Amino acid sequence: MAEVEDTLKRIQAQHGVIGTIVVNGEGIPIRTTLDNSTSVQYAGLLHQLTMKARSAVRDIDPQNELTFLRIRSKKHEIMVAPDKEYLLIAIQNPSE
Amino acid sequence: MEMTYQQKIESGRWCKFSESAVVHEDIPPDPSLALEYIDRGTCHVGTQFSKFWSQHEVTPFHTEQVSHGMNHVEGGWPETISANNDELTLRYRKKVQKDESYQQTVIETVSVMENYKQKVLEKSQVYFKDNRVVVKREDMASARIINVLRDPKKEKRAATSLSWHPVDNHKLAVAYSCVEFQRGPKNMSSDSYIWNIENNKQPEMTLKSVSPLVCLEYNLKNISILIGGSYNGQIGFWDTRSGSQPVQISANEHSHKDPVYKVIWLQTKIGTEAFSASTDGQVLFWDIRNMSEPTKQLILDPAKSKNLNNAFGAFSMEFDNTMPKFLVGTEQGLVVLCNRKLETTDEPIVCTYSGHLGPVYAVQRNPFFPKYFLTVADWTARIWSEDIRLSSIMSTKYHTSHLMDGCWSPVRPAVFFTVKMDGTLDVWDILLKQKDPVLSLKVCDETLYSIRVKNDSPLMCCGSQLGTVTLLKMSPNLCTLQSNEKGLVSEMFERETKREKILEAFYKERNQIKQSCPKEEEDGRAELQELLAETETEFFETIDVKKKKIQVDEK
Repeated sequence: MAEVEDTLKRIQAQHGVIGTIVVNGEGIPIRTTLDNSTSVQYAGLLHQLTMKARSAVRDIDPQNELTFLRIRSKKHEIMVAPDKEYLLIAIQNPSE
Repeated sequence: MEMTYQQKIESGRWCKFSESAVVHEDIPPDPSLALEYIDRGTCHVGTQFSKFWSQHEVTPFHTEQVSHGMNHVEGGWPETISANNDELTLRYRKKVQKDESYQQTVIETVSVMENYKQKVLEKSQVYFKDNRVVVKREDMASARIINVLRDPKKEKRAATSLSWHPVDNHKLAVAYSCVEFQRGPKNMSSDSYIWNIENNKQPEMTLKSVSPLVCLEYNLKNISILIGGSYNGQIGFWDTRSGSQPVQISANEHSHKDPVYKVIWLQTKIGTEAFSASTDGQVLFWDIRNMSEPTKQLILDPAKSKNLNNAFGAFSMEFDNTMPKFLVGTEQGLVVLCNRKLETTDEPIVCTYSGHLGPVYAVQRNPFFPKYFLTVADWTARIWSEDIRLSSIMSTKYHTSHLMDGCWSPVRPAVFFTVKMDGTLDVWDILLKQKDPVLSLKVCDETLYSIRVKNDSPLMCCGSQLGTVTLLKMSPNLCTLQSNEKGLVSEMFERETKREKILEAFYKERNQIKQSCPKEEEDGRAELQELLAETETEFFETIDVKKKKIQVDEK
């Protein structure tokens, strides 16, 4: 338990990171550093997007699988590390 | 010739092909057979060459579409836990966090994340140096019809006047009436509407009145007040906040005796004054706080005798706050320049401009050069300068159908629009072409009665005889001021004014000369005739003499 806390803190403390969210298989944010409504929004949307990206990669090559998803926008960069059941989302400022 | 027979079962099987070098049969060509052929001479062959037609189906019916919102609740939570219950959700979350697999996953994914975070993309800097949007300059003027608002009543009336809401981009007030003399159907409704241009099925608000409104204007200061002039000569004003009935209507005895064709707000500090023009020859000034009688009355009598019977019937009007005088376009084809401050002068009419052959349907000053104004009447549109009284400085050609309304573009000083009786809308750009419109669009088959361009917007609307208001969107090059345009237009106007001045001076001189020597001319003529008679007699005498000589010689 403590390790988990530490690792999450480590990621959060990194330079430029605005927030982190851990999302479960149903799209519910389990652990988040942002406020509830924002986390719910991010969780729901990115969960669907990750599903889509995952299936796209699989369709192109069945042997392949999605390892990481990065979305750069004008204001932020959203990084999604998918897993079988969970999803780790980190939002950071891209200018560093 | 040998024939081989095959059993039916065998036929239809795959052919077995195999290579072999043996030639089984060799049939050389027989030239004698060629003699049996007859050459086909050239003959006409018909081919299909006609217009390509394509079929296109359109459903002209309205389909009602309603937007619904959907209440989306946070899902994903197991059935026992409701998303709103904080305790339960917190407990659930804690439970998940205690899960082994969760912990492992987190550690793994965090390391992945860190890994990627370090691998900052090369192009982590801004991709595009500057977010400039390249503006595509279209050189062709174009306009697209974006919406059509139809009169919801069965008895169709003409949309005679349009007024855009000064602030709200979507509202448009339309006045409906039948301007043809006594042709209005008996149970014609006298309502006018305020439309929201996004919803073309139903008007947003109805303005009720006793008699159909011929003209309607929004007040620029107080945007919920509209003033309208009706077919029976009364003026009324409406407040959109208080409902469809007019707040106050002018008293019958003091109103106009003919339909009020134009009503304009005066831009005073209080913003409650307006004036109206009608074909009965009066221009009345009103203050909407007291509509029982007009504050001032101006009779368009050229003889300055204030006689209503001689007065010109006013059809259109133009008022500009910066100029001390205002223009009135009359039924007789003259444009009259009048003084605004009636208290100071005894002669309200300063001068008249003649040149049109029919009633002047629209008159408007150029928003950039108020000294020059546009008039639309009969078959032409003309541009006038205030100084030149005898003729216009520029004129379009004579069209085949009447021009019914026109206006300047509020953004470009060289562009103006006209609408015609055959339903076409013309866009003129005097810097590009003076003889023809730059763009000519057929909007509908019936007469177009009015046109209005919205300020600061590429939208314009025109109203037709059947009550259809068509909204058009102009291409960007018609709504953006071109570089150097103001300078060029002012030069052009000045040049034309100068030409007219010179012509005027020339005519004046010639007239003067004619007047000063009519007698001399008569004398001159008499002398000339005498001379002619003399020469004639001389001529015949010489001929006779010669004839006699010849006769004598012959003998």
